Amino acid sequence: MKVAYWPGCVSRGFTPELHGSMAKVAPLLDIELVELDRACCTGAGVIAEHNQELADTLNARTFALAQQVDGAELMMNICSTCQGAQSECQERLDANAEYRGHVNETLAAEGLTYETGLTNKNFLWLLVEEIGLDALRARVKRPLTNLKVGPFYGCYIVRPRDRLGIDAERPRDHYLHQVIDALGGTVIEYAGMRKCCGFPIITMNKEASLKQAGRHLGDAVDAEADCLVTPCPLCHLNLDLQQPIAEKVVGRSLDMPILHLPQLVGLALGLDPKELGLNRHVVRPTSVIDWSTSVVGAAA
Amino acid sequence: MAETHKPPEQFTLRLRRYDPESGEAPYWDEHTIELEPHRSVLEGILQAKAASDGSIGIRCSCRAAICGSCGVRINGEPGLACHTHLDHARAASPDGVIEVEPMGNMPVIKDLIVDMDAVHWKKVQRVTPWLIAKQPVPEREYLVPKESMVDITQSMACIQCGACVSDCLAMEVDPGFIGPAALAKAYRFVGDPRDDQQDIRLKDLAEDPQGIFDCTHCFKCVEACPKGVNPMGQIMRLRRIAIDDQKIVDQNNGERHEAAFASLIENNGILWEAELIPRSYGGNSWFGKFAPAAGKELVSSIPTAIRGLLRGKMTIPKILKPHKIPSQDLKAVQSIYERIESRPERYELNLYITGYDEQDETPVPVVATASGGGESSVAPETEGSAS
Repeated sequence: MKVAYWPGCVSRGFTPELHGSMAKVAPLLDIELVELDRACCTGAGVIAEHNQELADTLNARTFALAQQVDGAELMMNICSTCQGAQSECQERLDANAEYRGHVNETLAAEGLTYETGLTNKNFLWLLVEEIGLDALRARVKRPLTNLKVGPFYGCYIVRPRDRLGIDAERPRDHYLHQVIDALGGTVIEYAGMRKCCGFPIITMNKEASLKQAGRHLGDAVDAEADCLVTPCPLCHLNLDLQQPIAEKVVGRSLDMPILHLPQLVGLALGLDPKELGLNRHVVRPTSVIDWSTSVVGAAA
Repeated sequence: MAETHKPPEQFTLRLRRYDPESGEAPYWDEHTIELEPHRSVLEGILQAKAASDGSIGIRCSCRAAICGSCGVRINGEPGLACHTHLDHARAASPDGVIEVEPMGNMPVIKDLIVDMDAVHWKKVQRVTPWLIAKQPVPEREYLVPKESMVDITQSMACIQCGACVSDCLAMEVDPGFIGPAALAKAYRFVGDPRDDQQDIRLKDLAEDPQGIFDCTHCFKCVEACPKGVNPMGQIMRLRRIAIDDQKIVDQNNGERHEAAFASLIENNGILWEAELIPRSYGGNSWFGKFAPAAGKELVSSIPTAIRGLLRGKMTIPKILKPHKIPSQDLKAVQSIYERIESRPERYELNLYITGYDEQDETPVPVVATASGGGESSVAPETEGSAS
């Protein structure tokens, strides 16, 4: 399937392995990525905090660009924070024709218009709803046998439920569980799996921010997870890049590898760990996981 | 509504029991009750209390989702026991047993009763929750624009149940955080045109390290609230008015972070992370990194940066030079900024007030006497302060 692909900023900035691994995994799932390289940042909620109309207009521009991609079935992102920020703006744009018209007046200068009806899905949602768990299972070449994987959803992709379309028919707040299972891994539940990684306040209250990251990582260690998987690069920054500092804040050793979702999928589809950029993490999964024929967590 | 005619069924409740004075640890206690499925979890608890164990502690009063007394956690989610149907609660439970616990972030007095005074009410007191009247007080009533009163009805809908406090993730790691309920209450007065001290209120809440900039934006309070108050949304509005109208530059990096973020996107189209951090500490310009606060943070971040560089997450060119979108597109983004930021008033669409196009027949939820209908659905945002 062809998708208008919004990679976000951080996947092209401090977590380049996310963008890279998505590019490797896409052809194995028959996803054709048409990158929206003309679009700007979603604002991650910060621009909406500064000026709601500005955030709505910048995102409407991205939606309009996505609607221009010939043959694209939908728009896809690989960042929960982008999903959350875009869904918030889209909700307002779709709710009120007068407001949408007002925003489109600004876009008209560039000859763009946003029309309601754009489907925008995080890669996680696309995996489950468009590709399907059975089809995913059928493509597994190196099952995650005995690999104990803790899902880390974060916030933006699970709350608020109504805006994000989460209900009994589409239990999107359980999709990481389902994907881990389909890839042959063992799901490890722990207290922090749907809590905040702390990233949004890292520059305002670093101690509280890293206490959040450290506690969730500690919960996952106590639940004996081999690694965590997240659909959000900002969560990845706090959980991986900042993990050595989070260890100091919570006063315990953590050593918990954090995988981006396309990396976990890529491993099971048979890609090489280095190809997926797994050597680029601060907490190296390569040191704790045996990659041979199936992916298995370390015994120790 | 056919639901109301269903015959009584058996439900099992699993209640969290705890009496701090007993010296014993908390434990789970199961009770089977029989009620029509549309009846509330509260009615179930009261039946168990009446029929099998009078010592079960639960606080309640109106039983109609108005008084806010019976806030609890049902199957791990915060809510009002009187406002949750037994059949819905059972369907949401993984094992079919309805699990009821006291709310979080507050000490337990007994069983399902938490100490609201110790946490919730203390925080509400913290924000001066009353109107400080503009002088001179008019002889008759104050005359105010209708839109500005409609604007604060959302925060006035709060029934002080504590559900948002229960699940606040910032408070979980930083108990001193003023928190969602109290900050939503603060907006109720900041947004009120009759209040005389909006600027002082905002300065206080912005400068407090556990004030408006300590919210971690997790949406937990938005989900928890049984009345649609959207406390996080009110906190974001407090930030917006503090920063953009009152021009408050706080000691917590709130203003600098927002300003740096917005201008980095304006200048590059996408985020330049390496520049965001020093500007958030030192001020929103390339020279921000030379400010003492930024220098201190950058020095403490050296080990993190070295790790990032060694792993190839960061590269020197990426740190020194931003990635930009194509120049034509950047120009388009900049003209959007220019057009919107030069408007005399910000536009803000609050779906709580305006509703959705498709649901026009739904009455606008209004708590106060103000009428919600009539005004333009795209209303310029109410100014935070007239001073």
